Amino acid sequence: MDQSVAPSPSGLPVDDDGALTRLHPNYTHALRVKTVLMAIPFLVAALVAETIIRDAPLPFSLPPGAIAGPVLLIAIVLVIRVPSRRYNARGYQISADRLRVVRGLLWRSDTVVPFGRVQHIDVDQGPLERFFGIATLTLHTAGNHNASVSLPGLEEELARTMREEIRAHIRRESM
Amino acid sequence: MSEASTDARTGTDIARRTAPLSVVVGAIGLLQNVLVPAIAIGVSGIGGQGRFLLAVGMVVAAVVFGSAGGYLRWRRLTYTIGAADIRVESGILSRSARSVPYERIQDVSLEAKLLPRLLGLVTVKFETGAGGGEDLSLQYLTNAEGDRLRKLVRERRDEEQAAASGDEAVETDTDEPEGEVLYSLPPRRLLTFGLFEFSLAVFAVLGGALQYLDSFAGIEVWDVDLWRDLAEEHGVDWLALDARLKALSAVTGLFTLVLIGMATGVARTFAREWGFTLTRGPRGFRRLRGMFTRTDVVMPAHRVQALVIGTGLVRYRFGWHGLSFVSLAQDAGDASHVVAPFAKMDEIAPIVAAAGFHLPGADTDWHRASRRYLTDSILIDGGLFALAVIPVALFAPPLWALVPLGLAFFGAAAAVLSWRFKRHALDDTQIFARHGLLSPTSKIATRLKLHSVEIAQGPLARWRGYATVHLGLAGGEFAMHGVPLNEARRLRASVLETISATDYSRLDAPLEDGPDQAFSAAQSGFSANLAAT
Repeated sequence: MDQSVAPSPSGLPVDDDGALTRLHPNYTHALRVKTVLMAIPFLVAALVAETIIRDAPLPFSLPPGAIAGPVLLIAIVLVIRVPSRRYNARGYQISADRLRVVRGLLWRSDTVVPFGRVQHIDVDQGPLERFFGIATLTLHTAGNHNASVSLPGLEEELARTMREEIRAHIRRESM
Repeated sequence: MSEASTDARTGTDIARRTAPLSVVVGAIGLLQNVLVPAIAIGVSGIGGQGRFLLAVGMVVAAVVFGSAGGYLRWRRLTYTIGAADIRVESGILSRSARSVPYERIQDVSLEAKLLPRLLGLVTVKFETGAGGGEDLSLQYLTNAEGDRLRKLVRERRDEEQAAASGDEAVETDTDEPEGEVLYSLPPRRLLTFGLFEFSLAVFAVLGGALQYLDSFAGIEVWDVDLWRDLAEEHGVDWLALDARLKALSAVTGLFTLVLIGMATGVARTFAREWGFTLTRGPRGFRRLRGMFTRTDVVMPAHRVQALVIGTGLVRYRFGWHGLSFVSLAQDAGDASHVVAPFAKMDEIAPIVAAAGFHLPGADTDWHRASRRYLTDSILIDGGLFALAVIPVALFAPPLWALVPLGLAFFGAAAAVLSWRFKRHALDDTQIFARHGLLSPTSKIATRLKLHSVEIAQGPLARWRGYATVHLGLAGGEFAMHGVPLNEARRLRASVLETISATDYSRLDAPLEDGPDQAFSAAQSGFSANLAAT
């Protein structure tokens, strides 16, 4: 697993376009569960709409599942296909003095934050993330654009280690 | 310790009130607000015979209750100059207290509107760069108190920084010399400036006033019959106006419109920019401007994050440009401070140098946006309308197809025109970007004061191999579109190299003077900052 490779902030050559470290695989599962939770209200709404239309006196008759079917199909695609693709699209790279975060399926974004410009650091865990043992690392900068750059799907322990490393770097610099 | 600050120290921790005259200013302001509706009621039919009494009663009631409220508010608002912060407590029933530490105060600016100015009062604003207008301000102190407060805050800030560095030798000069005038707007120049500020805002105001008349006085301004009747009453035969006369009146009308637009522009410019003076003192840039509302803003040079040089469609053809500073402090809701609203490039250059920047030179290596980006924007901006031609030609009357065709042409032309100005360059210390449709806007940022670099690509950009580069700039945006991917990567690598070399805490250090900079002597005042870092 990629996660077993601890980030070594020293000695790594500074290469912005080098290989990316992947996130923890549990990130995919967390995304799936989140998508399922999001899809449930839509499915319920579709079923309700279907019953209402079946009872309503309409001049034409809809085949059963005409509304709920497509909604279910979309939900299945979103739950099975999209999270793994999203997982594959994400990645990060940590080097001696900067963090690079890559994300986005269609709209790709590739951000680099130098540790020397980090204002403060957050490590967040929602209930889902806690269940899967992952965390989100967020770096805040003073710039208007990219005022906060977040990196989700890190193993809990790794996120804390990274925070400590970045913090140590900041302290060393500002001494 | 200097005299003024010991003097101030004795006054420390005493809760003070704002100037008593502010109650009067508040009352007069209220009077202004209530007078127009009162007159409207007086001349209209509302209330029958007693309407004059009603109008007078309204004015009296507003002034009495308003002044009483204003007085109470004044009694209950106090400010305290503490050892480490400024605290303001206010509120009649629910009290609120706000405290701002000296080290968080970016600027202290003084603003005097017409009426307070006549009474010798100013509004003191402590800008913290918090954004969203959440700054601390004290409405109406006396001029002297405003100046004293400003001086005091600066001293405290410097002292704090000196104390933090443990350096006793840092001297803080209390009385501030006026400094060198970098730029000013004499009335003649102001007139030229005003002519370029063509504005039809007066019609919006007129429209508003008519609406007001409409609802309060009961005159149907928009009723054509009313005006026709009025014209006929005065012996004008509506139908007898012949076509030639109509054409003549149309031309006259247009001419008047242009004249009014220019007059408005000149008047507005005179009111806003009258007496514009930019000076460079030991504490940074100081800008004075305004005819009725006089503002006095100080911007420390090391807080300048980037420069924006803008211009206008017409004035660009005459070689006029405007310069503003991007900084964390806000300027009347605008994120940047205008420091030279109307100047030739050779007047802008010394200001740019004083801020520690330099303009792109002849040897600047400009890079244009990708050709593919140009092709794609022509296709997207023009192509969508071109596609609409087909259904319109099929289903609408014949000539209607010209409309989307024309729009397609304009879309494509706009894409070409904006590509013409779009370019960027990178040198040892700075990054330049230029964009614009008919006239260029340039941005200059120091590589050192950037906070992050992002390369963003949409699906099309990924396929065609270009990207948008977003730079994290405090107080503003900095983006370059249509940069070829390899160039974007090169740009990011070199910018990051500069950023990583210096930590954020050292950013506020004084600008490093090159040998070509004439203002190195003026920057010695920042020694306190140097010591702090």
